Amino acid sequence: MAQYLSADKEKELVQTANLLMAKGKGLLAADESTGSMTKRLQSIGLENNEENRRVYRQTLFTGSKDLAQHISGVILFHETLYQNDDNGKPFRQILQEKGIIPGIKVDKGLVLLAGTNGENTTQGIDGLGERCAQYYKDGARFAKWRCALKIGDGLPSELGIRETANVLARYASICQQNGLVPIVEPEILPEGDHDLETCQRVTEKVLAATYKALSEHHIFLEGTLLKPNMVTAGFDCKKKYTAKDIARATVTALQRTVPVAVPGICFLSGGQSEEDASINLNAINQYQGKKPWALTFSYGRALQASVLSTWAGKSENVSSAQEQLIKRAQANGAAAKGEYGGGAGGKAGDQSLFEANRTY
Amino acid sequence: MVELKFRCAVNSPVDINNSGKPAKKLSESLFIYSSTMRQYLSADKEKELIETANTLMAKGKGLLAADESTASMLKRFQSIALENNEENRRLYRQLLFTGSKDLADYISGVIFFHETFYQCDNNGKPFREILKEKGIIPGIKVDKGLVPLAGTNGENTTQGLDSLSERCAQYYRDGARFAKWRCALKIGDDLPSELCIRETSNVLARYASICQQNGIVPIVEPEVLPDGDHDLGTSQYITEKVLAATYKALSEHHVFLEGTLLKPNMVTAGFDCKKKYKPEDIARATVTALQRTVPPAVPGICFLSGGQSEEEASINLNAINQYSGKKPWALTFSYGRALQASVLTLWTGKSENVSAAQNQLLKRAQAHGAAAKGEYKGGAGGTIGGQSLFEANRNY
Repeated sequence: MAQYLSADKEKELVQTANLLMAKGKGLLAADESTGSMTKRLQSIGLENNEENRRVYRQTLFTGSKDLAQHISGVILFHETLYQNDDNGKPFRQILQEKGIIPGIKVDKGLVLLAGTNGENTTQGIDGLGERCAQYYKDGARFAKWRCALKIGDGLPSELGIRETANVLARYASICQQNGLVPIVEPEILPEGDHDLETCQRVTEKVLAATYKALSEHHIFLEGTLLKPNMVTAGFDCKKKYTAKDIARATVTALQRTVPVAVPGICFLSGGQSEEDASINLNAINQYQGKKPWALTFSYGRALQASVLSTWAGKSENVSSAQEQLIKRAQANGAAAKGEYGGGAGGKAGDQSLFEANRTY
Repeated sequence: MVELKFRCAVNSPVDINNSGKPAKKLSESLFIYSSTMRQYLSADKEKELIETANTLMAKGKGLLAADESTASMLKRFQSIALENNEENRRLYRQLLFTGSKDLADYISGVIFFHETFYQCDNNGKPFREILKEKGIIPGIKVDKGLVPLAGTNGENTTQGLDSLSERCAQYYRDGARFAKWRCALKIGDDLPSELCIRETSNVLARYASICQQNGIVPIVEPEVLPDGDHDLGTSQYITEKVLAATYKALSEHHVFLEGTLLKPNMVTAGFDCKKKYKPEDIARATVTALQRTVPPAVPGICFLSGGQSEEEASINLNAINQYSGKKPWALTFSYGRALQASVLTLWTGKSENVSAAQNQLLKRAQAHGAAAKGEYKGGAGGTIGGQSLFEANRNY
């Protein structure tokens, strides 16, 4: 039987995955698509054009190199991977010089599954091999692909689970062939009024299906990462739960489904406020139980909300916005070690960042 | 609030909560969860299963698989020229169970065959009570042997689901706290087939589900047989596929993983493979396969010996426990032949040999116990110590 990945290829993937999961570090998800940036920039009264997007990402990437103490990698959108700072220096190079690994979102957004009750799968497989090869040449070393499942009446359906698990496995397979570590993201959305136990059950089913599909597609697990939702109740659930409840439910779900070979798990923030995202991650790392994978963050909104509102599009605010990013990254880095004491503040600190029916 | 609906299983689980509410039928396309769904296992039942599983996996201890069917005992007794009758089987098992209570330092549980579970010593005391008094938990083999899968190339599944719930309930009342069910898959040209993997995983999950409903910890045994000339890499690949399918089936059947145990093969080359491998190779291949497939929620893994010699079985288990890498489950033994081979040849059916045979059992159990901690130094001897115990095409 031909070796699927050469020993060298396996080694490189393992190395990248482990660097990304270095203790006390996590990922900055800065891969908002052009469409998603409309909402972000509108919230600070800015037009969504290429220059504004460039200036915003410049703010994120050109601050102190201390950022690299808490951020091991940044997920970029395609446009951003090829943008430069004011002096014409590529963002990806700036990051590499700081010791931060550039990654790339490679999916092309959600599409409807006909015959279902509003469920989606994700497209982007066409030409993915060639695209990954090019991204690798241009310095990317990991990728990300997001699927989204909803809890509701008859949801997620068996088709929804099976189809998304399969497309995630195809994506992962192609990435590994091209030297990119695939971050596998089977997000279960927090929309709805379901309770914590329901979310846990669904998460367990979805993750079991995910890893079965990865097995079927011969994925080299040691060279992958998982980006799941934390297990939380739906946003409209009347019952409230503590961070400890969330931690117990989340770790239990992962213990029941995620093989030990997976080096690390980096949670999405999914609409949690910046402070909740740190506190919950902290509780997860403090939870007493078997946790044979890194448990860290891959946050978008939960790292950027205060940064955005501090910047407000004004160059005189860039410095304080960059400080805010470091502050929040530091908080999440501490949470990834179970050492977060709370109170990292920020304008948007406690504000829920939930957007119903979010699509990319 | 999302309304409760759930799949109606053909074999409805025993309603241990006695709520009396019937399961609602459901069309194929709906798949719903809700907090009003009855807890599948009560918190108390979950707790009991966890306790049993963890006691069985106590550090430095493992299982004695003494569950050979009547037919299997024929071969064992033939090798020492003893007739295979009920009394000889009773005498032999009496030998195993009535030795020093030091045995409990290394053996946490014994797997029984049905006949043995209800047999007694010379004074009429039930074997299962004798073991319990020693602090050893009695378990029971509940499958009814391999049956062919038509249309395949000599593949099997395992029967025994009929009335399994009632049987488990009775075994529980009579003191059993865990069970075992074995499926066997062969490596060969296009084997194991997808059907065989899927069918055996499914039947293991059904068995596990029924056991847990009745307070019994299911040991799940999807054995990939060592027959053949395939190399180590092939065995690892197949073992990974089989175990991935096993855990997917357990998930589909809502099995409570924290209250189960796994009894897999170690990853070894086929017995006719020309290339030879070291214990370190076996350890690396075995642990890697498990890392890739067995969720951390599973408390422990107790390997079958599958025809390895007694000494090999200790040495390989030792290497597995010494292997440097993530191992978030107990890694111990559930040995049949690799605990009993020398015992049998020392006894040869003669009462004057019983003591020596019992000492041999203790000695080999101690060796495996040390191996389960990665502390085995070798040389626990025994008349059969280094002899391969492989039987081609073994059937129960």
